[in-house]
Amino acid sequence: MTSQFLPLLPEITLAIGACVVLVVDLFVPPERRDTTYVLALAALIATLVAVVVGQPDGVRILFGGSYIADPMSLLLKLAVIVLTFFVFIYSRPYLAARGLYNGEFFALGLFGLLGMLIMISGYSMLTVYLGLELLSLCQYALVAFNRDSPRASEAAMKYFVLGAFASGMLLYGMSLIYGLTGSLEVIEIHNYLIRHGIDQMGALLGLIFIIVGLSFKLGAVPFHAWVPDVYEGAPTAVALYIAAAPKVAAFALFMRMLAEGLGVLHGDWQVMLAVLAVLSLVLGNVVAIAQTNLKRMLAYSTISHVGFILLGILAGTAQGYSAAMFYVLFYALVTAGAFGMIILLSRRGLEAEQLEDFRGLNARSPWFALMMLFIMFSMAGVPPFAGFYAKLSVLRAVVQVDEIWLAVVAVVFSVVGAFYYLRVVKLMYFDEPEETGAFEQGAGLRAALSVNGLSMLALGLYPAALMSWCIAAVSW
Amino acid sequence: MFADWPLLSLSIWLPILGGVIVLMSGEQGARRLALLFAIATFMVTIPLYTGFDTTTQAMQFREFLPWLPSFNINYHLGIDGISLPLIVLTSFITVLVVIAGWGSIEQRVSQYMASFLILEGVMIGVFASLDAVLFYVFFEAQLIPMFLIIGAWGGPNRVYATLKFFLYTFLGSVLMLVALVYLYYQSGTFDLQELHQLRLSMTEQMWIFVALFLAFAVKIPMWPVHTWLPDAHVEAPTGGSVILAAIMLKMGGYGFLRLSLPIAPDAGHELAGLMIALSLVAVVYIGFVALAQKDLKKLIAYSSISHMGFVTLGTFIVFLLVAESPEAAGARLGVEGAIVQMVSHGLISAALFLCVGVLYDRMHTRMIADYGGVVNAMPVFASFLVLFALSNAGLPGTSGFVGEFMVILATFHADFWLAALAALTLILGAAYTLWMVKRVVFGPVANENVGALRDIGPREFVVLGLLAVAVLALGLWPAPLVEVMHPAVDKLIAQVAQSKL
Repeated sequence: MTSQFLPLLPEITLAIGACVVLVVDLFVPPERRDTTYVLALAALIATLVAVVVGQPDGVRILFGGSYIADPMSLLLKLAVIVLTFFVFIYSRPYLAARGLYNGEFFALGLFGLLGMLIMISGYSMLTVYLGLELLSLCQYALVAFNRDSPRASEAAMKYFVLGAFASGMLLYGMSLIYGLTGSLEVIEIHNYLIRHGIDQMGALLGLIFIIVGLSFKLGAVPFHAWVPDVYEGAPTAVALYIAAAPKVAAFALFMRMLAEGLGVLHGDWQVMLAVLAVLSLVLGNVVAIAQTNLKRMLAYSTISHVGFILLGILAGTAQGYSAAMFYVLFYALVTAGAFGMIILLSRRGLEAEQLEDFRGLNARSPWFALMMLFIMFSMAGVPPFAGFYAKLSVLRAVVQVDEIWLAVVAVVFSVVGAFYYLRVVKLMYFDEPEETGAFEQGAGLRAALSVNGLSMLALGLYPAALMSWCIAAVSW
Repeated sequence: MFADWPLLSLSIWLPILGGVIVLMSGEQGARRLALLFAIATFMVTIPLYTGFDTTTQAMQFREFLPWLPSFNINYHLGIDGISLPLIVLTSFITVLVVIAGWGSIEQRVSQYMASFLILEGVMIGVFASLDAVLFYVFFEAQLIPMFLIIGAWGGPNRVYATLKFFLYTFLGSVLMLVALVYLYYQSGTFDLQELHQLRLSMTEQMWIFVALFLAFAVKIPMWPVHTWLPDAHVEAPTGGSVILAAIMLKMGGYGFLRLSLPIAPDAGHELAGLMIALSLVAVVYIGFVALAQKDLKKLIAYSSISHMGFVTLGTFIVFLLVAESPEAAGARLGVEGAIVQMVSHGLISAALFLCVGVLYDRMHTRMIADYGGVVNAMPVFASFLVLFALSNAGLPGTSGFVGEFMVILATFHADFWLAALAALTLILGAAYTLWMVKRVVFGPVANENVGALRDIGPREFVVLGLLAVAVLALGLWPAPLVEVMHPAVDKLIAQVAQSKL
């Protein structure tokens, strides 16, 4: 019996941790809020340990096929926990300067993370859906976290309505598949489709709805409309939370639902994902050029990165999955860094979210200008930074399945993308600063941001370790 | 005693490490430290030449480490007679650039020096890579420091120029990446020497050739994708122009020799006519364009494009020659001429840009019309400028003559009329260079600013003097350079002559 529960240790630990944070915060006076912060970080570390301790050897499917612990869940869980750790460190000074330094932020963040863990390990459609909704509800609340800001409320409203719509789509698709196969379990769905062939209109219909729902959560064109508004409207700390780790969890959904559950229908979803990927690459990169708001620019940049991730998935090979996994991990890390930079430059009364706010950063702080340079060139996919290997591995997977035209589209539009990343570098290095004040942010943020920036270079110079981990994680 | 040292790794990583140290050390002493690292790197590259074995066709000083084993990407270095001269040239020119930036750069000195040192390491990496992805990584990575150099220390229109430079070259090279990945699936390896052996159908070769061509044609640059170069040159600081003209353009020519020709020889054969035509357009048409320039740097930039036309001409004329007979002596002459032309142009264009830099530091203008009678105020400088100008025009006895003569001779083997067209450059080159010299150096003193010019100081004298010695030495006795290349060039011609179909 204990061995049944042991793989669940991270979820259990995190659920307890989140509850403790929620309850303890009630009794903590506002000036001692750091207690909550430290407790939240401790909960994360405990969960991290629990992931490592609870991880069984190989693949284990538990609770009647509704939960799975495998190498992929290990890697992705570690990633989302570490990312959330960074997010909390980045968020603290931002929240403190705006009177938003409340325990609810951390509690909601931890519950959202719990949702992510469940998404990653969910192996029946019901578990997956529960995880997704837990995450989504936390995100809706977080976007509206600054309740005095009309912009944030508007963004939360949009996000909630559209997100609920997407959840509905997903649920409808799931119910179709359930009706057809008679099972909610991924493995049973897979077996049913193998037995009864792929020539099933119902399965196709269910597939379409599932893909719509998932694309929505990932933010692929044409289901992307919420992304720029939410990134721009939400407090930067929340945008950071939404932009980074949940994409990793959404990637896990794609893997569980499409690659494992509906893998037999690969021919069908490959075409759909190809359309989504090309549209995302084109629209994301082109529209980002027109943005003057860095958060909106990052939103469109996210959309274009999603295009790359979808390219890796649609290849439908182990190489494609590992490439997409490497890409999504890289993306989450680099995006966290970019939002961290916005927070570093912000202070009370100034949201450094305009591109102009980065003007002359090199004169103010050569070190952080360099970190932002790493992040930007990494996003553009210029070697020797991590983004290059992410793109290379996706290209490799796409060329391997003879979709060379997709590779050509991807690289050509990444040149378009290079333009707006370079514009940030241009502002930092070639222009004079308008103000020369020092940053207010403390040592924790600085250290985390430095680690984040340097990791782009380190992963670029030595990508082998993470890459082989990704490859091992998908080789069932 | 150096034989066992990882000399290539040293010459790549020493300057990069130096760059990081200079960056961290702050403004004080950045110049000295940078010079120290530049000279040390140059010293490291010298044993590459002295220890080079001219009797073997194999790659030398090889280093091999697995880097990304799951992709079969390796840290594989090695050089032959084609890459060796370019590596030595790179480390030599960087020393001069550091000295030349000594007085003229006042803002953010440590960042300036660090950019050049890091750039040096990356450029040497391009010439030393034997793994396609490693090559690509270095090939792209050099854009970053150059982007910063032009944008941060450049002229008034620097942002436009540097963005154009970056995006143009980036667009050219991303398709090369797709081609390399495709080759990987055909062969299972990124090893360049194994890719040279890979058999490919004509259609495959054509696509691959086109993808590689886009990358290298933009880089070298060939007409009509040359338009980024004049902008970049005009706006770049002197050091940036020097590196751009002396080293970066050579990567296009090197890429043709290292990748395009051996990997897709049949496509090269098929398209040789077009390539030769484009080269001749560059030589003749761009020669005329250079004649019309009013800006000193633009004139040299267009002169560079015209001279690079010789490199591509010498490279692709080989296809016409091997078609006639496999052992054609002319083929070797063509390729070696192209390489000599690359090295020689590296020296001459560097010298000319440094000369413009000397004038610009004093007058803050690059317009030819603002000068006149410089010889009266700066006799020593004027002698240097005249020497380099004559060398640029291809005067026998200078290095400029050797490469051009070899290429024209090789072209003559192939076709008289092509050679005649190519030889036009001797007239055009002389026309635009000497006319420029006449307007800038000679005649009466044009205005009081020119009259008040002071002659070059010891530092400038050392830089220009070293270049003058190199230009003359190579012109009078090119044998040491040419002999190094023989085995590698013979191997290349054998690969080109061998159909892969």
